[in-house]
Amino acid sequence: MSYFEIILMLDATLRLATPLIFAALAGLYAERSGVFDIGLEGKMLGSAFAAAAVAAVVYPHLGGAGWLSPWVGLLAGILVSVALSMLHGFACITHRGNQIVSGVAINILAGGLAIALGRAWFARGGQTDQLGNEQRFTAITWPGAETIGDIPVIGPIYAELISGHNLLVYLAILAVPLTAFVVYRTRFGLRLRAVGENPAAVDTAGISVPWMRYKALIVTGVLCGISGSYLSIAHGASFVPNMSAGKGFIALAALIFGKWRPFPAFFACLLFGFLEALEQRMQGATIGGLAVPVQLFQAMPYIFTVILLAGFIGRAVAPRAGGIPYVKER
Amino acid sequence: MSGGDRTQPGPGGGAGPGHAAPAAPAGDAPPAIELRHINKHFGPVHANRDISLSVARGTIHGIIGENGAGKSTLMSILYGFYQADSGEIRVNGQPTPILTPSDAIRAGIGMVHQHFMLVYPFTVLENVVLGTESRPLLRETLAGARAELERLEREYGLEVDPDAVVENLPVGAQQRVEILKALYRGADILILDEPTGVLTPQEADDLFRILAALRDQGKTVILITHKLREIMAITDNVSVMRQGQMVAHRKTSETSRDELAELMVGRKVLLRVEKGEAQLGPVILDVEGLDVVDHLGVRRVKDVSFQVRAGEIVGIAGVSGNGQSELLAALAGMTRPAKGHIRIRGTDVAGHHVDARTMRALKVAHVPEDRQREGLVTSFAANECAILGYHRAPRYNRGLFLDRGRILGATRQLMQDYDVRPPNPFLPAANFSGGNQQKIVVAREITSDPDLLLVGQPTRGVDIGAIEFIHRRLIAMRDAGKAILLVSVELDEIMSLSDRILVMFDGHIVGEVPQDRRDERTIGLMMAGVPLETAEAQAHAAAGAH
Repeated sequence: MSYFEIILMLDATLRLATPLIFAALAGLYAERSGVFDIGLEGKMLGSAFAAAAVAAVVYPHLGGAGWLSPWVGLLAGILVSVALSMLHGFACITHRGNQIVSGVAINILAGGLAIALGRAWFARGGQTDQLGNEQRFTAITWPGAETIGDIPVIGPIYAELISGHNLLVYLAILAVPLTAFVVYRTRFGLRLRAVGENPAAVDTAGISVPWMRYKALIVTGVLCGISGSYLSIAHGASFVPNMSAGKGFIALAALIFGKWRPFPAFFACLLFGFLEALEQRMQGATIGGLAVPVQLFQAMPYIFTVILLAGFIGRAVAPRAGGIPYVKER
Repeated sequence: MSGGDRTQPGPGGGAGPGHAAPAAPAGDAPPAIELRHINKHFGPVHANRDISLSVARGTIHGIIGENGAGKSTLMSILYGFYQADSGEIRVNGQPTPILTPSDAIRAGIGMVHQHFMLVYPFTVLENVVLGTESRPLLRETLAGARAELERLEREYGLEVDPDAVVENLPVGAQQRVEILKALYRGADILILDEPTGVLTPQEADDLFRILAALRDQGKTVILITHKLREIMAITDNVSVMRQGQMVAHRKTSETSRDELAELMVGRKVLLRVEKGEAQLGPVILDVEGLDVVDHLGVRRVKDVSFQVRAGEIVGIAGVSGNGQSELLAALAGMTRPAKGHIRIRGTDVAGHHVDARTMRALKVAHVPEDRQREGLVTSFAANECAILGYHRAPRYNRGLFLDRGRILGATRQLMQDYDVRPPNPFLPAANFSGGNQQKIVVAREITSDPDLLLVGQPTRGVDIGAIEFIHRRLIAMRDAGKAILLVSVELDEIMSLSDRILVMFDGHIVGEVPQDRRDERTIGLMMAGVPLETAEAQAHAAAGAH
């Protein structure tokens, strides 16, 4: 594999890791507040559908302001994801329901609803209309990319790896230090971590536990909404049924792998992104004259997830109050 | 002193001549806290009935009562955790509605809960500021808070490293963090709920010194406890609760342990069990060089050796978490020791595949420390719980099936003999009070007629009346020539029941306390790991200094 090919692989890694990064950070906020969220997948699907559908529908009405349509789509994706997140909160925080059951319900609900509505509205077997470039977030070429790109070694890094991604990729990378800052350096972050460790301590300190957890779930909804929208209006150009393909769960695995900390979770996402890039690269490739079945590489991220979670990460200490509805003791 | 006359509970009592606290000038200053006619229901349970209470400024006021008497409920109402159904709260003479903990904090009330309200992975400083962060950014908040925290530590002699992570601190220090939290929030009135349950006697003494310092600085302290010793040692006034009602108010200097115990229970109680000389028989349990390693690979019991003979009660004292639980679990066959010998009447069982069932077959019965997790299945009916572990015994079986008739008969008998209330064999175990649950477990194990009884925390969360009953049963068993190993964190219990006392610290047996030199101070020091000779010398020196 040549140097340039490696750069291209890393470039693909970044693009494939982006939805995982958003989703893992989304999960981080929820789980740090003590609410397990296996509904990341469902929220991603729901927002992917909403973003693509709205971006497609709204475009003709915007006229000269057509460039606004991906933004409107993104907003719609975020709104749907936040709404699903609030549904989770209503079931798990207000009514102290089982967080896993609620998460599963949201996954089923969002997956089914997206297909049913898609069929009814677009009549393309669940797919939404193909989006043109103005309706999507497209690659941003950084100044001087072409000139600098000719410089050996450094050139391709700038031109391919750094330049040429869509806005949401950069946003994902920015979201990591931002989340670390919020979680470890702010009042909100202190309370967030506290409510996931010992909600009773937060309650007796005069802070509302439910409100704190709802706030966390709103952030989760926003981030998950961006993640889903990225799939359909940035990385892709339409909604395809089941397009999240387990990414919500892989993001969850990355979160656990990263022990609920922003930077380690980020690196785990990059690792999973790399495995996916490898899979795409290895299609039809041969190793030592033998054709490698493509399914092996397709299965790689999932095999990896199982192996990592089965013990390679050491003892992952989850937020102590995670999964337990808060009830004032008598 | 006669226990019959009750001081009328009522408003204004704290300022009246009969109740004037030493630090408060009688007559003028309004009481720090005044509760008027507080009522609280939980479903059909009337947890607080028409409670009135007045706490004078600058005093330590004890509230004593058995488990379930409503003390904690009352204090939770005062701290805004629950709201009263009716009644009024006055703080410094002003009617103050307290609907949430923040209202209480604003009114200058702080609370140290029985189970600490701490975030364990956080530092001391982070725990202290939580909820009162002055700025959105932590760095600014913490810088300001550090200075204030250090000032408070100096002023009240509460030493804790602000940067220590709370989960690495000993329990006594964690409790100081809780007190600092309250003071940092500007508390003038401090409520402590059963604060000494987790402390060694020395740590408890430290706490009492801190409370006295707080009082001398003009703070008001409310101490909730069921331990008479603490009330007598530290409080200025005491109020007694029983079955949701406030039954008496006393000046501590004018009452006695016996009177308070009687007021708590509603009848005369014997605080000390009467027992005669031990009639020693052969060695039943012989433990030699025992090591127990837990599932995390931590060595919990280290080279422990001792014997228990028929006809004696051997007590193991120690602060909880020093290996007693693991020792007991190994002896009961629940875990397998890593090394050493456990001989039951000469038969070595360590190293063999033993479980709780084989131990029972060797006539070793076990009252586990945690009755709800290990002693009972709380969703099972009393008659099912009454045969747990003995359900294979021929007396409860008929062919392939359980003999319901005999089980019910045996349960009724057991409930009658041990005064289990209500005597309903069909009631789920969860619906009995703690004391009655414990009676079921104790009765089940004693009636199995073992040669050796292992007892863990037999009276944890059990009311005084039931404690007395269980203690008498244990003595009766000893007098019948059985061997008993008692593990308890209650020093009073160990001292009153045991014929011999061993003290455990950090997995080791620190030593045996000689019969003639049993005092709380010596045992307390041994519980902190000080060997007997040194402990005696120190206790002696301390006694001389007083």
